[in-house]
Amino acid sequence: MTPLTPPAISLRSATKRFATRSGAPFTAITDVTLDVAAGEFVTIVGPTGCGKSTTLSLVSGLEPASAGTVEVHGRPVTAIPEGIGYMFQTDAVLPWKNVLDNVALGLRYHKVAKEEAHSKARDWIQRVGLGGFEDRYPHQLSGGMRKRVAMAQSLIGEPSILLLDEPFGALDVQTREHMQDELLELWSGTGAAVVFITHDLTEAISLADRVVVMTAGPGTVKDAVQIELPRPRKVEEIRLTPEFTEIYRNVWNSLREEVEITRARGAANVA
Amino acid sequence: MSHDLLVAGEARPMDPETARTRRSLGRVRGKNRSAWVVYAVRALLVVAWLASWEIAARTIIDPFFYSKPSAIWDKLVVWFEDGTSHGSIWSNMAVTLEEAVLGFLIGTLAGVVLGVILGRSRFLADVLAPFIKGANAIPRIVLASLFVIWFGLGMSSKVATAFVLVFFAVFFNAFQGAREVDKVLVDNARILGASRWDLMRTIVLPSATSWILASMHVAFGFALIGAVVGEVVGADKGMGLLINQAQGNFDAAGIYAGMVVVTVLALVAEWLITRLENRLTAWRPPSGSQAAGI
Repeated sequence: MTPLTPPAISLRSATKRFATRSGAPFTAITDVTLDVAAGEFVTIVGPTGCGKSTTLSLVSGLEPASAGTVEVHGRPVTAIPEGIGYMFQTDAVLPWKNVLDNVALGLRYHKVAKEEAHSKARDWIQRVGLGGFEDRYPHQLSGGMRKRVAMAQSLIGEPSILLLDEPFGALDVQTREHMQDELLELWSGTGAAVVFITHDLTEAISLADRVVVMTAGPGTVKDAVQIELPRPRKVEEIRLTPEFTEIYRNVWNSLREEVEITRARGAANVA
Repeated sequence: MSHDLLVAGEARPMDPETARTRRSLGRVRGKNRSAWVVYAVRALLVVAWLASWEIAARTIIDPFFYSKPSAIWDKLVVWFEDGTSHGSIWSNMAVTLEEAVLGFLIGTLAGVVLGVILGRSRFLADVLAPFIKGANAIPRIVLASLFVIWFGLGMSSKVATAFVLVFFAVFFNAFQGAREVDKVLVDNARILGASRWDLMRTIVLPSATSWILASMHVAFGFALIGAVVGEVVGADKGMGLLINQAQGNFDAAGIYAGMVVVTVLALVAEWLITRLENRLTAWRPPSGSQAAGI
């Protein structure tokens, strides 16, 4: 990272408050400062409700920051910046469009001619391993296949910034590991900056160049751990190495405190 | 279907003991047979109803007031073979249908457009809510009288009556449908670069479609009611006029015959709308409730 090129994503003391029903503002994240360079894969872990998703919505321009600055490619975010890809936690594919039209959606929004958009979409459907399913509707696909559609839908625009909000959380373990590998493969060489949110520490470490640990809500950055594992990686294999175990222990020690705070609060709420 | 026939053919009497032990199985197996039973019982009910009416009209009740199925049938035969006092029955049906369809189309279009716009704009919805609630509270059928004064005895006054009935039915559903669009779908489309118009076209409208289509079943019924009531109030042609005239002549059979014709029109329209609905919602997973829908 040379000082001349601004980082792909730059958050400076970003804070987000929401108005609640009772009128008292709810602080989701406070004083978050984070830089992500182009081509860097950052995962964010943190206890439930610490504002991980809110951080992404600030970067994507879906929500404005209440205080602090959010910049993408050196420009303050006022609307949805160009070149952003976003994979949501829940299904965001359109149930009334088939796989082909779902994948081509972003291109069609950008006024790309139908034939061109479709031929590109076909190519991406092949790349995510869904060849032959072009005419299916989402309800005819499994959860993992719908995630592949969403992945192709996000990647077809060749985003320079890819935001993923627990994209594989709802999948079974085998499918999840498979999807992680495919994500790494599709991402490698694109030079895209990735911010990947997860609850799963194993997933966080096996994918990332850097793992960011957030505090219990209102969340802020507690720790950032550089992951010096070699690439290309195979997630099933890398997690068996002693280096991985060592990193895992470090990050978990940092995360555990925050998880315990959140748990204690949860217990207090239940009681 | 052949499977149904097979199973029905296999049904044979059995002793009570076996019947008891098989009762729980019969629930599953009986499903194939029950379709025929349902049709048969329905037909039986209609026959019993018409027969008891006919017999009652010939013995106890006065057919002058209550008419009887045979008289209604005769009236229908006369209408279809010799025509009515206002030209052929087909031309009267065509007029009523044209009024209903026009009112339905304009009302649906206006209801969808306004419903979706207000559903997506909090400000407009807040401003206009009391006016819309007020307008909805008006006994709109009375407007038929007003429309005859405004637009005369011709077609436009009936189209207007059908329109005001259809509009609100569709509007409230379109409004609700536009409100309940999944936020993730909207966010996803915005990220992918959708403009406001793209959002309306590709996310909001398709999401609201099932709501809008559900209202269209009711709405076409309203359109026919609007057209017929408009004609009863004052017209120079149409089924409502025939009904009104029958009333003037104390011809109960004529009123019933008019009802029968309008009912058949409504059922045909309902069938067409269901076909349209199935076409437009082909993307949906098949659901049990749809098959059992009334």
